[in-house]
Amino acid sequence: MLDLVWLIPTLPLAGFLVLVLGGRVLGEPRAGWLATLCCGGSFLITALVFFGLVDRGAADRHFEQTLWTWLPSGSLHVEFGFLVDPLSITMALFITGIGTLIHLYSIGYMHGDPKFSKFFLYLNLFAASMLLLVLGNNMLLTFLGWEGVGACSYFLISFWFSKEANASAGKKAFVTNRIGDWGFMIAMFLTFQATGTLQYGGEHGILEQAHTLAPVTATAIAALLFVGACGKSAQLPLYVWLPDAMAGPTPVSALIHAATMVTSGIYLMTRVNPLLAQGYDWLPNTIAWVGVATAFLAATIAVAQNDIKKILAYSTVSQLGYMFLAIGSGAYVAAVFHMVTHAFFKALLFLGSGSVIHGMHEEQDIRRMGGLRKYMPITAVTFIIGWLAIAGIPPFAGFWSKDDILLAALNKNPALWAFGFVTALLTAFYMSRQVFLVFFGEERFRDAGADLPADEAHAQAHDEAQAEAHDGAQDGAHDGAGALAHAHGVEPHESGWHMTVPLVVLAALAVLGGGLNLPFTDSSKLLERWLEPVLESAGRSTETHFSVDGSVQTGLAIGTALLCALAISLAWTIYLRRKGADAEKIELDLFAHAWHYDEGITAFAGGPGRAGFEGVAALDRNVVDGAVNGVGSLVRWTSSKLRLAQTGYVRSYALGIVVGAIVLLGLFLGKAA
Amino acid sequence: MSAAPSLLAAIRVTEIWYLGLGAMLFTIGAVGVLVRRNPLVMFMCIELMLNAVNLTFVTFARSLDDVGGQVVVFFVLVVAAAEVVVGLGILVALLRRRPGATADDVAELKG
Repeated sequence: MLDLVWLIPTLPLAGFLVLVLGGRVLGEPRAGWLATLCCGGSFLITALVFFGLVDRGAADRHFEQTLWTWLPSGSLHVEFGFLVDPLSITMALFITGIGTLIHLYSIGYMHGDPKFSKFFLYLNLFAASMLLLVLGNNMLLTFLGWEGVGACSYFLISFWFSKEANASAGKKAFVTNRIGDWGFMIAMFLTFQATGTLQYGGEHGILEQAHTLAPVTATAIAALLFVGACGKSAQLPLYVWLPDAMAGPTPVSALIHAATMVTSGIYLMTRVNPLLAQGYDWLPNTIAWVGVATAFLAATIAVAQNDIKKILAYSTVSQLGYMFLAIGSGAYVAAVFHMVTHAFFKALLFLGSGSVIHGMHEEQDIRRMGGLRKYMPITAVTFIIGWLAIAGIPPFAGFWSKDDILLAALNKNPALWAFGFVTALLTAFYMSRQVFLVFFGEERFRDAGADLPADEAHAQAHDEAQAEAHDGAQDGAHDGAGALAHAHGVEPHESGWHMTVPLVVLAALAVLGGGLNLPFTDSSKLLERWLEPVLESAGRSTETHFSVDGSVQTGLAIGTALLCALAISLAWTIYLRRKGADAEKIELDLFAHAWHYDEGITAFAGGPGRAGFEGVAALDRNVVDGAVNGVGSLVRWTSSKLRLAQTGYVRSYALGIVVGAIVLLGLFLGKAA
Repeated sequence: MSAAPSLLAAIRVTEIWYLGLGAMLFTIGAVGVLVRRNPLVMFMCIELMLNAVNLTFVTFARSLDDVGGQVVVFFVLVVAAAEVVVGLGILVALLRRRPGATADDVAELKG
């Protein structure tokens, strides 16, 4: 059954090709169904391959399939092949599984869009690239998928490109990711230089050779890969593109910018764990600190956002920070565990927010919602499950995975734990704020916008601009309702079954996801035992194993959960009962402006950065071009003098010949004498 | 009248006479090219130089008993004939357009 692995990325690719050729002919909704079927088929095959892998013994769970030799170029020999092991198949399972659900959801969400088939074409191409990324058996193939998902992300962020903001958000994502990709490429060159191969597995693969590398080489490769991961997985200092990426359609935010693509950095770091183990200690420390700093920063920003999707975007950045904290702490299992559970509940939350936006006729500002649970019960219930999961309330999925990470952080460094712990409380707080403002309390959507403070006018105008871009994409009936929404408020409605079914499935996963790795006994740590073969180098495990006293572990878990519950009740007091602290005292301007990070970059790039680049341009103009042009003008000047000798008088040429002949004659005679 | 034939008979015409004649003809031709302006005369001077060289070739071929020199002369003649065709063609074209033109006037063609 393992032989079927080539079909996993091929099916979405085939769907992409069919849609390229005949997407318009198929039209709505058949194009969407085709794409969904391709992704679903891919999921079934992944499941088959998964069971094939389970059938094998733990030590034997490594299968490679080579389709053809891709680059036979001297000593650089790159195969086009797939690597099936517990890590890659875990990734493939949730990519195709969640991908299928989101394809289905999109059929409802993109209803009436003039570019309906094009959307699914991109989605299928994305699925194929993402599967190539995780299943590729060498770094170059991973890089191909890496760039493929980057391109799809760009296409889909600026899907409604007629709006300036969407187009520039796409460009921002693309350009920011180039910085990360630079790191990935240099890492590849270094790896080939050091090991002579780009293959992960096998006897002479990178992973087997890792423990023979010099620590400095291993550190350099891993650090450069981490630069790549920072770009793709939106970590400091390269996280800026992800919040803007919310300009894309909501299913895209759920699939690409929450569940799958942004986790490829985690996948990459987990894949090369022997390199991290071989390198110096400062690198894991750096990764852990970058992760926890990103988690904390993004969580504070999320507290003060008013766009329903922006909150989730910063939350995603924050949760990705948790995963990097786990990687840096040597807890790869916890990182992968949180990646999977996060994929469940964050995809759920995004799809839920999409359902809200849809039902509210393209309204995204949570200050103009409230009390929606009466109007969209399924969305509300599923969203609440997602909220409890991310807030770390047992027994939902997020509680277990976040607890694993915090425990590993505590083992690594109590300071890391402290930041992670505060972030967990912030997470519970801002998610509660969102849920309370959207689904509970008074209904504020009927008097839309009238009571907003004047200083928010700009932000509101921006939101409306986005909403209008959205409107343009919907069918005529929605268009009218959308326009009405801004004038007199709206009547929200529940979404169709295409959209609610994925919500229900994901909600079930968000409840049960924690079962993957329950910390009670060794036999209940399913994911840990499953990933064990991947996390070793030269026979030793690269996972940091530590023992904590059972009572400490339980105490910490219960304490965290209790304090998270306290944070939720705090949000309830502030945002529902309108008592206690004033909301404006918490939603600091500093947070609303994302710590002025974006403005800082703009100011830097516009001021000293621009001056610097203009200096470089001047250097290029004057010195580099000057040297080239100088040679040219020297030749011109010399020849302008030399051409004076060319008079055009035959006699002067003849005289020259005679003089030359006499001189030669004189020379010869002088020699002879 | 008997003295004169004997006088002439006493003169042995050796190679140096031919070489001297060749040198003289060459000098006349070279000076002619340098000092004259009439293109036709300059042209004839060039022919004079060519034939002076031919004479020298033949002389050496004879004295060194090497037929190669004579072969070269044939080549020179052939090339000279071709050159005459081209040169006279240019000359006719030039003089037809500007009767009485000198070689210096051709300098106007200079870019």
